[in-house]
Amino acid sequence: MIDFELEPQVLERTKFFHTVAEHMMRPISRQYDEQEHEEPREFFETIWKGGARERQASGESGADRKGGARNLTTVIMAEELCWGDAGLFLSIPGPGLGGAAVAAAGTAEQKERFLKRFKDGEPKWGAMAITEPGCGSDSAAITTTARREGDYWVLNGTKIFCTAGQRALEKSDGFVVVWATVDKSAGRAGIKPFVVERGTPGVSVIRVESKLGIRVSDTAAIMLDNCRVPLDHILGSPKVEPSGGFKDVMATFDATRPIVAAMAIGVGRAALDFVRDFLRDQRLEIRYAIAPTRMTALERDFIEMETELEAARLLTWRAAWMLDRGIRNSLEASMAKAKAGSSVTRVTQKAVEIMGPLGYSRKYLLEKWMRDAKINDIFEGTQQINLLIVARRILGYSSKELT
Amino acid sequence: MIDFELSDEQKMVRDTVGAFAREQIRPAARQADEAAAIPPDLVQHAWNLGLVRGPVPEKLGGFGDQRSVLTGALAAEELAWGDLAIAMHVAAPQLFAFPIVEMGTDEQRQRFLPLVATDRFTAAGAATMEPRYDFDLSALATTATPDGSGFTLRGEKCCVPLADEARAFLVYAREEGASNGSAGGELHGLQAFIVEREASGLTVVEREKNMGLKALATYQLKLDDVKVSRDARLGAERPADTARLAAQSRVALAAMAVGVARAAFEYARDYAKERHAFGAPIATKQAIAFMLAEMALEVDAARLLTWQAASMLDKGLKALKESSRAKHYAASVALKVTDNALQILGGHGYIREHPVELWLRNARGFATFEGLAIV
Repeated sequence: MIDFELEPQVLERTKFFHTVAEHMMRPISRQYDEQEHEEPREFFETIWKGGARERQASGESGADRKGGARNLTTVIMAEELCWGDAGLFLSIPGPGLGGAAVAAAGTAEQKERFLKRFKDGEPKWGAMAITEPGCGSDSAAITTTARREGDYWVLNGTKIFCTAGQRALEKSDGFVVVWATVDKSAGRAGIKPFVVERGTPGVSVIRVESKLGIRVSDTAAIMLDNCRVPLDHILGSPKVEPSGGFKDVMATFDATRPIVAAMAIGVGRAALDFVRDFLRDQRLEIRYAIAPTRMTALERDFIEMETELEAARLLTWRAAWMLDRGIRNSLEASMAKAKAGSSVTRVTQKAVEIMGPLGYSRKYLLEKWMRDAKINDIFEGTQQINLLIVARRILGYSSKELT
Repeated sequence: MIDFELSDEQKMVRDTVGAFAREQIRPAARQADEAAAIPPDLVQHAWNLGLVRGPVPEKLGGFGDQRSVLTGALAAEELAWGDLAIAMHVAAPQLFAFPIVEMGTDEQRQRFLPLVATDRFTAAGAATMEPRYDFDLSALATTATPDGSGFTLRGEKCCVPLADEARAFLVYAREEGASNGSAGGELHGLQAFIVEREASGLTVVEREKNMGLKALATYQLKLDDVKVSRDARLGAERPADTARLAAQSRVALAAMAVGVARAAFEYARDYAKERHAFGAPIATKQAIAFMLAEMALEVDAARLLTWQAASMLDKGLKALKESSRAKHYAASVALKVTDNALQILGGHGYIREHPVELWLRNARGFATFEGLAIV
């Protein structure tokens, strides 16, 4: 039966994540925005320890948690923590997108082998490397190669925009899942994921980017120069089949796009809350459900922003709910991502505008949220790529028919 | 618990009304618009779906269904997908019946519900809107003045559906001297009064000529010192929660806006796959495909906001903010999507051979209609 109310347990979790956001993230938000490549070690340690307690309590590793509302809970958590700080959220130690790739494409044995490190010990990161200097959204055009040589796969190429890449390879015993082609002539079917662990010969972080926002999140460029990984580090089957390989990348996106949408919503909500609280201090309460002719321009803007955010949130919840139900959600995940990315970009920009010089000032976090928000319109598929996916689905066109 | 799945009963309602809209309403829509009239047979067939009688208690001639705002929204979307004017015509008696079912006294129920709980379509409606640019539900110009034995109603109304043939109306008015908080929840002083067609001082002025909804007969109404008894106030001594009624009405309007938007989206999508330019369907061009993608996601977004408000109302919550934003969002989506659909059809969208221009004219009405008007 249609219902939009969170169940009590989820609501409790939400409150917990909100406390983390408010007390652990907000206070250090500005510092790590200004000091871009510094590491918030204390934050990492605390959150890793807290996470370990939780993982032990639930008896599961972070990456393959199962359960009735797993994806829904994840998007709600992402919104709450990104209300705190989206950059710090992206930096939280854990299996990350690399772990998601292992979970989606790996065998049971591989999941156990690669993911168990996240259960204890020091903080660790997993990362995923798809994008290259010459290809972003068109991930099928990957040029990084994987060549079989005896007991090893030998990887060659350059990867960029790898979130947590440096933390995975240089600052912890983590790994990066590198997508490379084993057979260029096979196109998408030839693209396979390889787990490249810290210390693998031939892998190096060659740059950490400086960015508009989410500055505390490390965005690495990685060079693979005759990088040799053991044979059993290829996720899934090495066979070049039309059904394997690239399809697994897409399957990962179906799960991560709602999370990115939720991240956007968290940032947007932070901006709206800021504006609302500020207006309240000026004794200005937003009046809902009054006649349009009585509404102030400010009220109209505010309500419109809030509605945009709620619309994006409901699309996001739907996409996550479908995943929890085992229903294919590529269309809905892309709808949520496209809507949330563009709405929150507009909402945060409008919030800065509404607050005038206070919005523009680095004294407050509002301008930072505007900068942070924009990434959600870009990574995990730009708005345009997501619209393209929606368009193909609703029109029944293949990627060849609608390019 | 978050859930996006309709119940089996809701699916059945949606599918039944949807089939009716597809098979009977849609084929009649253009002719009804041109003739400014809806075939009585069609209205009767729609009546037979039981959408008005459903929640009326069995002993008063209804079916005694448990009323659900959400299920009502599903039906409203389907009807409006067929045609908005026809949808609003067949739903108009709900405006009279549902508030009485929910907030009327036993006596009001017994006296007035049998009027509309019959086998034949019976016109009834509500008089809410006023011919002012700054129409405001919380500050109506129409007044109800206590006069010892009852109330005297004064004012002018517009956009009153089916007024000429209606047997009775709910007239919304600002009750003078009503103490704050006692009446109408957030809409202080807004009350509804049951007024029969024959009441002295009530004049149905003229049928309105609107830009869209041409098939829907709406009228201006004049209330010149219309005297009603104390019992005519909806709920009598226990004034009705008109804020809740307004919220329900906004949900219905929002659902209808979603229906119109969906109709336009689907039509433009199918057209774009058929229409060739430069050797390929225009839907294969990103300029068109992206418009369609946004239309699709906005229709879904508007529907989810509508369901959210409906679900809250079904739980007995106020949903003041939620119903209001759903209505405003859906209204703007309906306008944007019908306009985009027309744009995709180009010149063909502008001519009356295709239904898209009709949908655009109809969709424009959503921004005008406030809660409690029309549906």
